[in-house]
Amino acid sequence: MIELYLFLVFMIIAAFVATEIKDLLAAVISLGAVGFSVAIMFILVQAPDLAIVQIVVEVVTIVIFVAVIFRTTHVDETIGKKLTSSHVLSIVLYAFFALIFFIAMVRALQELPAFGNATMKVASEYIRLGLPQTGGANLVADVILDFRALDTLGEATVLFTSVIGVIALMRSVGRKK
Amino acid sequence: MKGMSLIVKTITNVMIGFIFIYGVYIILHGHLTPGGGFAGGVIIAGALVLRVLAYGSEAGAEKRSETRASIFESIGALLFVGIAIAGLMLAGVFFRNFLPKGVPLNLLSGGIIPFCNIAISFKVGAGLFSIFLSLAAVKYVMKD
Amino acid sequence: MIIFLSCIILFLIGLYAIVTKRNLIKIVIGFAFIEYAINLLFALIGFRRGMLAPIITQVDMPHKFVDPIPQALVLTAIVIALGTTALMLSVVLRIYNRYKTFDIAEIRKLKG
Repeated sequence: MIELYLFLVFMIIAAFVATEIKDLLAAVISLGAVGFSVAIMFILVQAPDLAIVQIVVEVVTIVIFVAVIFRTTHVDETIGKKLTSSHVLSIVLYAFFALIFFIAMVRALQELPAFGNATMKVASEYIRLGLPQTGGANLVADVILDFRALDTLGEATVLFTSVIGVIALMRSVGRKK
Repeated sequence: MKGMSLIVKTITNVMIGFIFIYGVYIILHGHLTPGGGFAGGVIIAGALVLRVLAYGSEAGAEKRSETRASIFESIGALLFVGIAIAGLMLAGVFFRNFLPKGVPLNLLSGGIIPFCNIAISFKVGAGLFSIFLSLAAVKYVMKD
Repeated sequence: MIIFLSCIILFLIGLYAIVTKRNLIKIVIGFAFIEYAINLLFALIGFRRGMLAPIITQVDMPHKFVDPIPQALVLTAIVIALGTTALMLSVVLRIYNRYKTFDIAEIRKLKG
């Protein structure tokens, strides 16, 4: 699985470029590079459902980002300014936290099964009962719409809330008193 | 919002029907092949976004289509909750799969799963399209 | 193990953008990186070597599939991520129209 590691290295480089570059449009293009790499990695780990959704969502994300940047400005003025004390403090705090978090994640991920040998206690039941009990052949659709449909209802509510938030924030004229 | 050049408009004319049909196919075969309501809804929203970007539109038309998209989103949400409540009424459990299972690997199988896919696709597609319209297309006046 | 830690590094880059950058668009991009890292970590945890995607194509095929549960959890999270990103961007657009800058230090100064 060498290609997975190559994609991950590419994604880390592109993510670093996106955070440090001066042109915001280039930063958004780097974000798109990371997103499409994620889509290709979903195909490589046998998740075609996720790959389809990720590709289309990435396109719409970039369209929205570019629309916002076209309406405002595409130069990041904060790059290249001299560092203030609060900025230095935030970098030091970040480095401290990142070190602790990384060590904790190394400890935690050692408890997980190694890459490529997932334990499937619950999933084996879903796979065994999926076709007989629901009749659907796509097991991911069975899980999200039959076994765990209440979870999907909650996610749909979150999406509805965010749509209402965007429409309310972007309303052209406020309501008359 | 202004439209784009003649080349973009012509290509859009050719492609938009295919994109729409592909989205509908992804939704209707969501219980048999990769895809489903989420993927198909976003594809349909992408086709609508392509039309607005290529042809442009006036502020009044955008306002009207935003209202229409909100109505479609509400229809999708009500349909999804309605399927759940129908399960509660007819079989006693919220989100019970109360319809007959059908022949496996056929288009008419899976009980409520295809209908849930259709409801979610309405919701996701119309929701994302109205996000795009209100964030990118509608001109607004700032009054501070 | 190393492949999981690479996802954690991507997460930390997103956190770096959120904590230390002073441009609002960069902060939103940092949130997007965190979402990608978590989604990818879930999909990688559910992977099994040599197994197929969890879709039944024949009625009596052997059940050699990757784990479908992380995929089901991530599938909804991707669409939610787009919704939250759009909400953040609309707030950013409002702030820009009010203060004419993306720099959070400037915005703090203008507030008084």
